[in-house]
Amino acid sequence: MAILEISELTHFFGGLRAVYDLNMTLEGGELMGLIGPNGAGKTTVFNLVSGFYRPSEGDVKFCGKSIAGLRPHQVTALGIARTFQNIRLWNSLSVFDNLCVSQHHQLGYGFLKSVLRTRSFHSSERKVRKTAEEIIDLLGIRHYALELPKNLPYGLQRRVEIGRALCLRPKLLMLDEPAAGMNPGEVDQLIKLIRWIRDEFKLTIWLIEHHMRVVMNVCDRMKVIEFGEEIAEGTPSEIQQNRRVIQAYLGEEEPVHAHGM
Amino acid sequence: MRRNIPLLGYVILCALTIVLAKADILDLYVQMILMFIGISIILATSLNLVNGYMGEFSVGHAGFMAVGAYITSVLNVMLFTNSSIFGPPLLSPSSAIIFFPLTLLAGGIGAALAGLLVAIPSFRTRGDYLAIITLAVNYIVKSSIENMQVIGGARGFSGMSSVINSMKEVVDLPWTLIWILIATGATVWILQRFVSSIYGKGIIALRDDEIAAEIMSVNTQRMKVVAFMLSSGLAGIAGGLFAHVLGYINPGTFTIMKSTEVLVMVYLGGMGSLSGSVLSAIGLTIALEAFRPLQVYKWVIVPLLLILLMLFRPEGLMGQRELTDVFPRLRRWLGLKPKLSE
Amino acid sequence: MFLESFLQNLLNALQWGSFYALIALGYTMVYGVLLLINFAHGDIFMVGAYIGFFIATLLLGQYAGSSPSLSPVLVFAITVVVTMVLTSGVGVAIERIAYRPLRRKGASRLYVVITALMCGLILENGNLALLGASRRNFPEMLSKTAYNIGGINFTNVKIMVIMTTIAVFILLETIVRKTRLGMAMRAISYDRMAVPLMGIPVDTVIVFTFILGSSMAALAGVLFATAYPVLEPYMGALVGWKAFIAAVLGGIGEIRGAFVGGFLLGFIEIFVAALFPSTLRDLIAFSILLVFLSIKPTGIFGVSRATKI
Ligand SMILES: Nc1ncnc2c1ncn2[C@@H]1O[C@H](COP(=O)(O)OP(=O)(O)O)[C@@H](O)[C@H]1O
Ligand SMILES: [Mg+2]
Repeated sequence: MAILEISELTHFFGGLRAVYDLNMTLEGGELMGLIGPNGAGKTTVFNLVSGFYRPSEGDVKFCGKSIAGLRPHQVTALGIARTFQNIRLWNSLSVFDNLCVSQHHQLGYGFLKSVLRTRSFHSSERKVRKTAEEIIDLLGIRHYALELPKNLPYGLQRRVEIGRALCLRPKLLMLDEPAAGMNPGEVDQLIKLIRWIRDEFKLTIWLIEHHMRVVMNVCDRMKVIEFGEEIAEGTPSEIQQNRRVIQAYLGEEEPVHAHGM
Repeated sequence: MRRNIPLLGYVILCALTIVLAKADILDLYVQMILMFIGISIILATSLNLVNGYMGEFSVGHAGFMAVGAYITSVLNVMLFTNSSIFGPPLLSPSSAIIFFPLTLLAGGIGAALAGLLVAIPSFRTRGDYLAIITLAVNYIVKSSIENMQVIGGARGFSGMSSVINSMKEVVDLPWTLIWILIATGATVWILQRFVSSIYGKGIIALRDDEIAAEIMSVNTQRMKVVAFMLSSGLAGIAGGLFAHVLGYINPGTFTIMKSTEVLVMVYLGGMGSLSGSVLSAIGLTIALEAFRPLQVYKWVIVPLLLILLMLFRPEGLMGQRELTDVFPRLRRWLGLKPKLSE
Repeated sequence: MFLESFLQNLLNALQWGSFYALIALGYTMVYGVLLLINFAHGDIFMVGAYIGFFIATLLLGQYAGSSPSLSPVLVFAITVVVTMVLTSGVGVAIERIAYRPLRRKGASRLYVVITALMCGLILENGNLALLGASRRNFPEMLSKTAYNIGGINFTNVKIMVIMTTIAVFILLETIVRKTRLGMAMRAISYDRMAVPLMGIPVDTVIVFTFILGSSMAALAGVLFATAYPVLEPYMGALVGWKAFIAAVLGGIGEIRGAFVGGFLLGFIEIFVAALFPSTLRDLIAFSILLVFLSIKPTGIFGVSRATKI
């Protein structure tokens, strides 16, 4: 079943056309890639889906229901989690608290109960903590659980950010350039991690990435956009052969795999 | 019952204070200072919720204080005293002893509603622009009161001391002190529980990165409303108590100058540290009292000292830490749970 | 009749707004460069008025009658210039002694704001402690002449205030667009990294900003005292807060914003006072501000920086 359907999605920033007439469908359990040169509008697509921008035109359907116009926390509550191109962890909360706070929508209590500390308060905090600890153990970051994120090395921060998204128990996980700024060793680990997450959590992953090694290794299918418009879609090997993609990406006749290997 | 050690300690401390006050061992002057300290603690910790934990820059706390002060005072004078404005009391003066907490709460609720004036613009505005809005609200409150002739306008409003006196006639205890001690304890208790719950930590997430907070499932608008209303509501309660300590209030009591005083306490203690706010509220209140003999020079010396303090501790006394972080042993002492299960 | 009173109020508003505009400049320029709300700035205005008072008294006391070469206009001009120089010194001193060390220590921006509030308190109360609470009368250097054209009353002072403000606006826009330091000022507010690249030390730009801002506040102080010749230590507090609001109303960080915001606030206040009981002036003025900022949070000329994620 299609988990995400995007139809005729268009977005303008003032006069700038960042996304134009984008159509795509993500099937449940799929690992989909979104690539394109810098400034192609990839992050904007993610922002439109997560509700940070309201689309100028078009619609986004998640599990058959339109989510265009919802506020971001509402979209998240439906089961879409994401990471950011530039890491956006909460730096004065510990790693553990980062993972707890991202389950805000599942707390099920409000101000009054947080003060009165009723039984339901305790049980729901316990549940949230348990989820956070599970994810911490699954990602092997227990050792850093009480550290502040800003004190961790870059690769670990990325891992924590993915963990924070997983705490939301999403159906769809969107990763915005997770390999950016990583060294080769960290990239290897990331590739393993992404595959493992998909199998372990049985979720759909949508990935923006520049690192061709990551994209080619993990994606089942990918879409390429340039200037906000689709220029190709297919399996990694199909995309690798696509002349338009090669031109868009490199501006010259050179195979895609030569880049970022 | 290990969990209730802080509460128990505070209750004993309060009981002791009241006994000492009743026995005249703490004279009226000391009682007065204690009351001002309590009010300062309420003001500083509640402002810290918005300025420290949430990272906004509210400079109009005194405005909310004024709302609470006037609502509580007017209600009390109307209900329990024979005043020239409202005529004979509507209820028997001796019932003040029961209803005082309710009128205090009414003041808090009124102030919390005034907090909406800031909370709603905060959906779209942050930082310095929101600071102006808080400033404007402070002025709006002040000049609204100045224009309400029924409650005295710029001339001020009095009659609160007879309310206190009628409580004393029923049971002879230092009632204002008692209510202040209770309100202070309750404020710190409420705020501490709020900010240490996962729900309340959403506010810290909002400060660190509002966009990430909203996208990571925190309903930022609701959190802002909760934080602003809680903060201004508590300021309103502090205002109600303040009015009953002074016995007379006028709009000039609640100017930017008063807001500044509270701001200083928050930043001196450390943004995002409740224990820091408590310590600096105590310290600054005592310092302002101790420097009173300097007269005009007081307001030259105190700011000078504060500037020096900031130079030496540019994050305030406690930074973002609590006493339990500075002295980890306190955690065990107070019977707090470890942060992460082993 | 209606038109007359409208024009009369318009003229009053222009003068009143001039003071706000001149003070708002200092707020806006410092904010543009340092992102600092310099809450001591209203009191710099007060300091300017007092320095002007002492210089004018000195000049008049010494030379009155005995030296015909010093015409009143000359006395006034000297007073203005010397006051601007001395007041700049005060402004720069505060920056050097209080703000800069904190910045160097990497303190949160808000701690600098609190320090600014404290500096303001020191200026106000230091003045009170040194000079006492008695009000002082600013000497009349320019003899006020009242004119009446078509039923509209105005004085030479009023015209001078308005003209000076307009001249200052043109001057500052020129400085900011044509001189190297001025361009560096603008560059800093766009991109904090760019200015060292231009080969100008950031601290030089900051000091220059404080000089400009403080001297304009001093100018406002002398002009204000000429128009309303009573001085007291807290005269800068309320006017200062309001000028700050004017700066925000115009869009803080923008020079034209300070002028437009200043005049706008002047208009609102004068016209509210003309139409309603004067006790409602603050209430209505601030309510208008609240509504305006809720609709357009960045002020008239301010642009919201897009947050990219
Ligand atoms: N908030 C914004 N305001 C204006 N323009 C924006 C904004 N965000 C992105 N853009 C522009 O939209 C285009 C697409 O940006 P983006 O989606 O971030 O590209 P990508 O992620 O593919 O590198 C770029 O030209 C960028 O400058
Ligand atoms: Mg991007």
